[in-house]
Amino acid sequence: MKTLVKKHPLAIRWFHWLNFPLLLLMIWSGILIYWAYPTYRVGLGDYYLFKMNLEQTTWRQLHVNNRLAEGMALHFFFMWLFVVNGVLYVAYTLLSGEWRALVPNRHSFREAVHVLLHDLHIRRDPPPPRKFNGAQQIAYTSVILMGVGSLVTGLAIYKPVQFSWLTWVLGGYPMARFFHFWLTVGYVAFFVVHIAQVIRAGWNNFRAMVIGYEVRHEG
Amino acid sequence: MKDEQDDVDLTVQRLSRRGFITAGLAATACYGAYKWLRSRPREDGVEWPLRRALLANEALAQAYYSPSRLSPRFEPRDITRPRVNGRLGLVPDVDADAWRLKIEGAASPVALTLAAIRELPAHEMITELRCIEGWSTIVQWKGARLRDLMERFPPPNPVRFLSMETANRGYYIGLDIESALHPQSLLVYEMNGAPLNWLHGAPLRLAIPIKYGIKNIKAISTIRYTGVRPADFWAERGYDWYAGH
Repeated sequence: MKTLVKKHPLAIRWFHWLNFPLLLLMIWSGILIYWAYPTYRVGLGDYYLFKMNLEQTTWRQLHVNNRLAEGMALHFFFMWLFVVNGVLYVAYTLLSGEWRALVPNRHSFREAVHVLLHDLHIRRDPPPPRKFNGAQQIAYTSVILMGVGSLVTGLAIYKPVQFSWLTWVLGGYPMARFFHFWLTVGYVAFFVVHIAQVIRAGWNNFRAMVIGYEVRHEG
Repeated sequence: MKDEQDDVDLTVQRLSRRGFITAGLAATACYGAYKWLRSRPREDGVEWPLRRALLANEALAQAYYSPSRLSPRFEPRDITRPRVNGRLGLVPDVDADAWRLKIEGAASPVALTLAAIRELPAHEMITELRCIEGWSTIVQWKGARLRDLMERFPPPNPVRFLSMETANRGYYIGLDIESALHPQSLLVYEMNGAPLNWLHGAPLRLAIPIKYGIKNIKAISTIRYTGVRPADFWAERGYDWYAGH
């Protein structure tokens, strides 16, 4: 028997979908800024695991060269919308009680392993059906904490004298920049997994993020 | 039973129509808003709403600003290799003896020798120079406080701004008066324990670690008090005029 079940509140759907272009614009303008000094790498001395550095010819082919001023102007415009949307989302989840479904509990980590093994076709039995499974709770809460991290590291870079204590806590100005950058790489990684999981979960699940309701088959 | 199932399908259809039309309209509105934003006439190299946002951010930063907050100080062992990033306004081999620092807008015209500036109380600091491009270096500076110079040769009436330029106006900056008065805003004649060379702005440059590197003008020729926001080389090219840390 088919039933309709309310899944995502209207406010959360708006916050979610508004965040998509806002985060995209923050990343895009961030890339324009990054062009001016693209030197992040993970390593020690001459040895490194990997680095994030494109040749200038590649930057030019992508038309993202010499656009630092534009990138900064966009970044310092859209940051406000990005922050407001994020703060409203968190405030809403707290006030409405939605946070209970989103914040991991003591079972989440075990369940997340179960989800991972199931998704990788190593474990056959599916995780218990709930609004958000343990892996989702961890992912959706982590990405909010990453958002807080981007604000904090961003402020430490934006005003490293007025908030020098914050920059100091983060290990100094170059270190704050490093964290700010790698958090962005984290969003991209989140996005890739998120899209893959949405495709895997199917239309009914995706549609619920647009219309709020999910069709359930019971009995 | 059959009717109930049809009801579910119909409800989903109705909700979907409404939901996806709303989503489509919202996406179109977002796209339209962005296109509108990016097609606005430019003010100093950037679309006017973005320029207004930079000015609003500046007002907020100025409201929060306190001269008691200092740029972090470092130890001599932290000093890094200095970097030269462009030669705007720089000319080799300036004759330091013939050079004068002109102050315009003071009670009477002023033209100071380097010796006169060296007579002002000297201050040393090891601070971070943060380039707007993203890199930073740690430099030891020695010079006179801009504040001391301004107190010695004040404007006849209080002013809100100050501008500085090189001899040929190849480079010029504008400063808000509060930032100029900051105790770490130094008119520098020595860097990393040696007199400035021309690539670092001999005979006199500004070290102002509460601003991005773009405001740390080299080879200063003229300082001018002014009531109107002065032109700034990079701010005319789309950058934030305030550029404050």
